Amino acid sequence: MTTAKQKLVVVGNGMAGMRTVEELLKIAPDVYDITVFGAEPQVNYNRILLSSVLAGEKEMDDIVISPRSWYDENGITLFTGDPITAIDAEARTVTSESGRVSGYDALLLATGSNPLVPPIPGMNKQGVCTFRDIRDVETMIGAARDHRRAVVIGGGLLGLEAAWGLKRRGMSVAVVHLMPTLMERQLDVAAGQLLQRDLDRRGIAFFTDGQTEEITGETRVRSVRLADGREIPADLVVMAIGIRPNTTLAKAAGLDVNRGIVVADNMRTTDPRIYAVGECAEHRGQCFGLVAPLWDMAKVCAHHLAGGEEMLFTPPALSTRLKITGIDVFSAGALTAAGEEDDEITLQDAAQGTYKKLVLRDGRLVGAVLYGDVADGAWYFDLMRQGTDVADIRAGMIFGQAHAETGGKGSSGVSVAQMSDDTQICGCNGVSKGTICRAIAEKGLTTLDEVRAHTKASASCGQCSGLVRQILAASLGTDVVAEAEPAMCKCTDRTHDEVRRTILAQQIKSMPELMRTLGWKSADGCAKCRPALNYYLLCAWPGDYADDAQSRFVNERVHANIQKDGTYSVVPRMWGGLTSARELRAIADVVEKYAIPTVKVTGGQRIDLLGVKKEDLPGVWADLGQAGMVSGHAYAKGLRTVKTCVGSEWCRFGTRDSTGLGVRLEQMTWGAWTPHKFKMGVSGCPRNCAEASIKDFGVVCVDAGYDLLVGGNGGIELRGTDLLARVGSEDEVLEYCGAFMQLYREEARYLERTAPWINRVGIDHVKARVVTDEEGRRTLHRRFLYSQRFAQNDPWAERAAKGMAAHEFQPLRKVG
Amino acid sequence: MADWIEIGRVEDIPKPGSRLVETGKGPIAVFRGTDDAIFALHNRCPHRGGPLSEGLVHGHKVTCPLHNWVIELENGEAVAPDVGCAAPVPVRVADGRIWIEIGMRLEVAHG
Ligand code: SRM
Ligand SMILES: Cc1cc2nc3c(=O)[nH]c(=O)nc-3n(C[C@H](O)[C@H](O)[C@H](O)COP(=O)(O)OP(=O)(O)OC[C@H]3O[C@@H](n4cnc5c(N)ncnc54)[C@H](O)[C@@H]3O)c2cc1C
Ligand code: SF4
Ligand code: FES
Repeated sequence: MTTAKQKLVVVGNGMAGMRTVEELLKIAPDVYDITVFGAEPQVNYNRILLSSVLAGEKEMDDIVISPRSWYDENGITLFTGDPITAIDAEARTVTSESGRVSGYDALLLATGSNPLVPPIPGMNKQGVCTFRDIRDVETMIGAARDHRRAVVIGGGLLGLEAAWGLKRRGMSVAVVHLMPTLMERQLDVAAGQLLQRDLDRRGIAFFTDGQTEEITGETRVRSVRLADGREIPADLVVMAIGIRPNTTLAKAAGLDVNRGIVVADNMRTTDPRIYAVGECAEHRGQCFGLVAPLWDMAKVCAHHLAGGEEMLFTPPALSTRLKITGIDVFSAGALTAAGEEDDEITLQDAAQGTYKKLVLRDGRLVGAVLYGDVADGAWYFDLMRQGTDVADIRAGMIFGQAHAETGGKGSSGVSVAQMSDDTQICGCNGVSKGTICRAIAEKGLTTLDEVRAHTKASASCGQCSGLVRQILAASLGTDVVAEAEPAMCKCTDRTHDEVRRTILAQQIKSMPELMRTLGWKSADGCAKCRPALNYYLLCAWPGDYADDAQSRFVNERVHANIQKDGTYSVVPRMWGGLTSARELRAIADVVEKYAIPTVKVTGGQRIDLLGVKKEDLPGVWADLGQAGMVSGHAYAKGLRTVKTCVGSEWCRFGTRDSTGLGVRLEQMTWGAWTPHKFKMGVSGCPRNCAEASIKDFGVVCVDAGYDLLVGGNGGIELRGTDLLARVGSEDEVLEYCGAFMQLYREEARYLERTAPWINRVGIDHVKARVVTDEEGRRTLHRRFLYSQRFAQNDPWAERAAKGMAAHEFQPLRKVG
Repeated sequence: MADWIEIGRVEDIPKPGSRLVETGKGPIAVFRGTDDAIFALHNRCPHRGGPLSEGLVHGHKVTCPLHNWVIELENGEAVAPDVGCAAPVPVRVADGRIWIEIGMRLEVAHG
């Protein structure tokens, strides 16, 4: 016998609403037909991580919690971008903005909250936004691209994360805060001041005690004016002064509403068919703005929706962390002693920049504020939640768990092995160490992603990922846990490494065949996977695989760098940074003949001709070719420059001919395609004028020979090189270089430079392959030289003289 | 008013890929998919005017060469989360020849 399913309508496609649905599906998958209405156009995403997206640490794609397929697979009807505008509690229907009417047996309100917007003039100007959803983040990222100055109003958690993200994106940022110290609701004065000092050092300006009076400007904002007359110029203003539960619907439907929608311990509102969870709900006079309590609400609500009666909501203790990379803050419970009976213990270490405060009441811990060193946060939080009597450890507890439990002999910080099973690891999801260990053992989990999927630990704000990884490592008995490698792109579930293995194992030599074999989900891939596949095939089958120009980014297709106005730049090769009168004359002539607007010396020791029209490219190349110059590949995921210094030929310190060696290296390696760009440098002595120690492959000549350095990067994230080996002759330098490049070509993932590659596989692995294994080194070097036989054709000559790819440089037709 | 002009043959465009047509009303990018479907858009990315004709074509989409916005070839709309539209140009293929209609509105549709 089948009973008709009841209808559940969910208003709000956000974190609390969807968590409730997830919990419900777990315990009672067949009770309801579920329909979800969301005001935002997106599927459910992790709002917490908007801060990481803004800071450029994550992509929008990374923060989706449930893709559309999840809704489909679970039979959930989803309407996005269509808010509910009215509830008819009598008729038991809701009506959406677009006019959809849905009947319900049970209704769940999970409408979250709205950012507070102060009643000051100028709020509606262009360039003013809040920090709540994807739209806001897009506004901010857009502003960071086109504008310079940002003012964030509000020095709380959200405001500071916004300020840091905008700073990371290159804006100059000021924060206006009403109170004298930052994050005053989570931090005491001392910690607030330390935080302000550290952010100030990172270049964020602060206006504390600042009351915003007006936002000025014509259509776009121009400045923020404070009550005391100070005026701060701004192209972007972000309001982050707080949130207010979104209760409009509930109020109109006649439900009891104070600050939030009033709910009982079972999450029911004053209408027994209507439930509310999340930031919109008010439980015993309290509203919440962090996810941990919302997850508990979701569980309780699902329990009652499924027909249960027992489970009741009690608000958990809350702890806060700030998601700014490199700044560690932890706070929970009371910030300061409330009166005579309370006791405070503080520890300030100015040299280390750390600060700790513990608040005690009746021999128990009731509050902790940590700044700089938060390793013991979980332990203190645990003592608080358990209400442990701390009289015995009181003396040493400020120094941390290790110290307290070993009577002062341990070092600070505590290993996960020492933690008790009920230590809470993930504050957001309330997951204890024991739960994690059990899941690992019972389900045979081996990766962080699996632990996340099974226990939810580290699935929300992600701050405890490190701890979870340590627990996993300890359980597996290894030192480190490899990160699960993500799929290449949305066209496939395969990882880069899997694809490369398949190409070799199954001898696949064309892209359509590869996509077919691996079951690509889109007919011809996307802009992420096609260039990668093209490279992998080219690297695997030199001479056999025909390069696919249509799978290359425009620069590599037309062999010049596209500029923002659609013109191109041309950088001819100057071997080891050397040039001659003839070359310079040819360059000068070309500049005049084609009216090239800008000529610039690059940071890579050669000359850049900027603003060349596309149709002029073949002509420019032909003329440069006449003078013996070839492409500098300044556009390529391939060998770029070999920077050199003058060396022993002229320099009074030079130990060897660094310039000559640089030229030899460049002649061996030019034209090579690599996973990402590859740069070299050769310095004649340890003064290192060619900056070899931040190159992908660097050589520093010393009296005793040549130091070979690898994995440096001077770009977005500075990384000094690792020493690979010291060798005695130029020929050995060439052999090591070829072998190293080939190993990188064969093993790194597309768009992974040598620095992150070595960080991932470890320098010891590289040494084992290139230094210790002599035969292996020679083989790698031979493979490199073999592939160079097919790579060292000057692409410019092919196009200028032989008319190759002529269609690239002329319009199909001119009309009108 | 319709004003159809022949601009070339399907095989003149790389597959998948794009060629440019210069017109008195500005440049137009003509695209060809792996399935030989032909599309035309004004050659201005809705983001910051990047030349879409230089982008990488995949499915019925092109990725702009300047900052990687993805644009639908059918209607010129940017793929979410980006918002904007590169004005589409009516295009027909008859007997392997491509015709486009110019002389219509050239402003971007919206966005
Ligand atoms: C022209 C030049 C600046 C200059 O006027 O000096 C330059 C210009 C560009 N660089 Fe650079 N970089 C130039 C030297 C550098 C250097 C310095 C060096 O090589 O000694 C660095 C830091 C060193 C390093 O790479 O480790 C550098 C780090 C970058 C990065 C960051 C790479 C990284 O791994 O973090 C990018 C972005 C990327 O490649 O994704 C970049 C990207 C770019 C691009 C290609 C941006 C783009 O995608 O359009 C610029 C092309 C302009 C053009 O059309 O010519 N450029 N770039 C320099 C060309 C050198 C040459 O002769 O080929
Ligand atoms: C930038 C940022 C950083 C944060 N960092 C942290 C952190 O580190 N730790 C932490 O614990 N918390 C953090 N939070 C808070 C956390 O994200 C929220 O507590 C949580 O998202 C609230 O969940 P919710 O479901 O109640 O509301 P939401 O996630 O906001 O979901 C509500 C949804 O309902 C929709 N909606 C509203 N009205 C209607 C309607 N009438 N019809 C249909 N749909 C409607 C809204 O558009 C929204 O999509 C952060 C928040 C932000 C914005
Ligand atoms: S040349 Fe390099 S540093 Fe300068 S703007 Fe371009 S990418 Fe940035
Ligand atoms: S101009 Fe096209 S993505 Fe920026």
